[in-house]
Amino acid sequence: MSTDTLETTTVETVKMNGLQAINAALMEAMEADPKVLVLGEDIADNEGGGVVGVTRGLSTKFGTMRVRSTPISEQAIIGAAIGAAMGGYKPVAEIMLMNFTTVAMDMIVNHAAKLRFMSGGQSQVPMVIRTLTGAGNQTAGQHADFYEAWFCHTAGIKVVIPWTPADFKGLYLSAIQDPDPVIIVESGKTLFVPMDVPVNQGPIPLGKANVVAPGSDITIVSYGQMMFTVMQAYEELTKAGVSVEVVDLRTISPWDKETVLASAEKTGRLLVVHEAGRNFGPGAEIAATVQETLFGKLKAPVGRLGAPYCSVPFAKKLEDAFLVQPPEIIAEAQRLVAMG
Amino acid sequence: MSQTLENRAKPDAKTQLDIYRRMIRIERNDDATRTQIRRGRITAPYYSARGQECIPSAISVLLNNDDKICTIYRGIHDMVAKDMPLRPLWAEICGRVDGTCKGKGGPMHLTHPETGVMVTTGIVGSSMPIANGFGWAALLDGTKQVTVAYFGDGASNIGAFHEALNLASVWKLPVIFVCQNNGFAEHTRYENGTSVDQISKRAIGYGMPGYTVDGNDPVDVYAHAHAAIERARAGEGPTLLECKTFRFMGHVFGDADGYMTKEEKAEAMAKDPLPIYRQKLIDDGIATAEELDALTAKIEAEVNDAIEFAMACEFPSDDELRRDVFAEEIPA
Repeated sequence: MSTDTLETTTVETVKMNGLQAINAALMEAMEADPKVLVLGEDIADNEGGGVVGVTRGLSTKFGTMRVRSTPISEQAIIGAAIGAAMGGYKPVAEIMLMNFTTVAMDMIVNHAAKLRFMSGGQSQVPMVIRTLTGAGNQTAGQHADFYEAWFCHTAGIKVVIPWTPADFKGLYLSAIQDPDPVIIVESGKTLFVPMDVPVNQGPIPLGKANVVAPGSDITIVSYGQMMFTVMQAYEELTKAGVSVEVVDLRTISPWDKETVLASAEKTGRLLVVHEAGRNFGPGAEIAATVQETLFGKLKAPVGRLGAPYCSVPFAKKLEDAFLVQPPEIIAEAQRLVAMG
Repeated sequence: MSQTLENRAKPDAKTQLDIYRRMIRIERNDDATRTQIRRGRITAPYYSARGQECIPSAISVLLNNDDKICTIYRGIHDMVAKDMPLRPLWAEICGRVDGTCKGKGGPMHLTHPETGVMVTTGIVGSSMPIANGFGWAALLDGTKQVTVAYFGDGASNIGAFHEALNLASVWKLPVIFVCQNNGFAEHTRYENGTSVDQISKRAIGYGMPGYTVDGNDPVDVYAHAHAAIERARAGEGPTLLECKTFRFMGHVFGDADGYMTKEEKAEAMAKDPLPIYRQKLIDDGIATAEELDALTAKIEAEVNDAIEFAMACEFPSDDELRRDVFAEEIPA
């Protein structure tokens, strides 16, 4: 990490990638609060500090009672996190890849998410589930899925998918102290692209979107690593004279309706882009809500782009076709703008 | 073979009587629950544990109030044994706002942290991974607290059992895994669904002690639970206890028991732990019949009071649908 001295702003920043930002957030949270725990497969330093090194250094600093590597037992990992959370701790449980949440779904859906409600508020499950996913590295159909819609559909768990390292830091700090279970999805590229992070980046509230770029012709809503693709399209659209407002949703559930509705009302056009499947994807919920609320005020129907109805493919050519690419976003945005 | 326990702790007279008190409290409460359902005063799925009273009773006399249990849908006996007060229990099974869960959990999901009833799951096997988390918390807190995970014989065939026992052993967690083996996984006979003749043998694969005990014998359950709890409190790790028993009322209320023979059921019911234990207490001079009758009457009064209390409670308001989803109420 190197400190940049910026002439134009008063906020001192450091360049770091998402991985470093999450690591910094965990370090800070564990330092500040002895109740914060970390567990998961290979997460302690003896096992390499995490599959891509997100948790590196934690067990050395805080010991292996608070930072525990586990067997490859996803139900046991989430179960232990639930019990520890109900026992007064704030565990951060890593499920190495989002596809592996499928073998812990009972623990996540039937227990972590529901115990507060089902116990009439007696049980609190303040835990964070960290998980990594995303297509683009030819890992095929069982290592790259975006399953956020499943969790958004489950009452009682918050779903966060950050894009920038600063957001990772701030959203993790909030999630760890949140009284309810939160799943944070780390999508491939977001861990490795360095960006500026304010030196004293504090908590960023969950449930708040970020208007990344103001515009007046169309609103594009996205999140996670798809934001990189959206920003490429944004550059091209800007060059072509289309004024795009880009909204990074950041928290998918509960989502920031206020910001999205205000932006869509202002521009009159909305395009939702995500890596998750388009069928029954989060874009469907957003589109429906916006159309219900702004019917008559929109200049075009809400557009949705997402993955086709198939598994993530292996062959690079197919994987490229599977993922939404900048030209599709540009074409769809221009089509919506041309409608009126 | 299941392991054999060397030093067997014996419950003293007072403890034996306390075990009986818990057993009769379970039995009277269960009987009243079935009566109320039959009369149409409650509508609820009910999984009677009639016949299994001895197991949690002989274990609970060894537990402190802050020791925890994680149990399952057939688990009201485990809660009653842990001395959960009956008024909020009944209000919950009647779906009233004064229930332990404000009527949002029901008979399959009672929760009462004050008496250590932390989680009651309707998912077979799921009590175990969560119990481990309480065990981890106790180790971090540096307390001697233990957690008992109750489950049935069917649950020993689900992945959660294996993941949880393995992790508990590797982490030396203060958890006691108590399998109440009643011979049937829902309607499937034990031997048609389970690869070993004794579930306790599975403990060998997870590097922990495993015992098969007579779940109808309070003295046998007590001795083994004592050893398991002492081991957990001493930081030596978990134990698997398989308590052999029988459920007299089938899987769920209304079950016609079509999957077992009449003879088999009659034979099991002849081993009903309640009358046998009652007679033993009398024979051993621990209590007189009159004393035990008085105890039963007192418990019946407690149960009746709880029922009438519950029936008089209000139903939860519809606003409860927006509460407890998250800590912060969902706006209307």
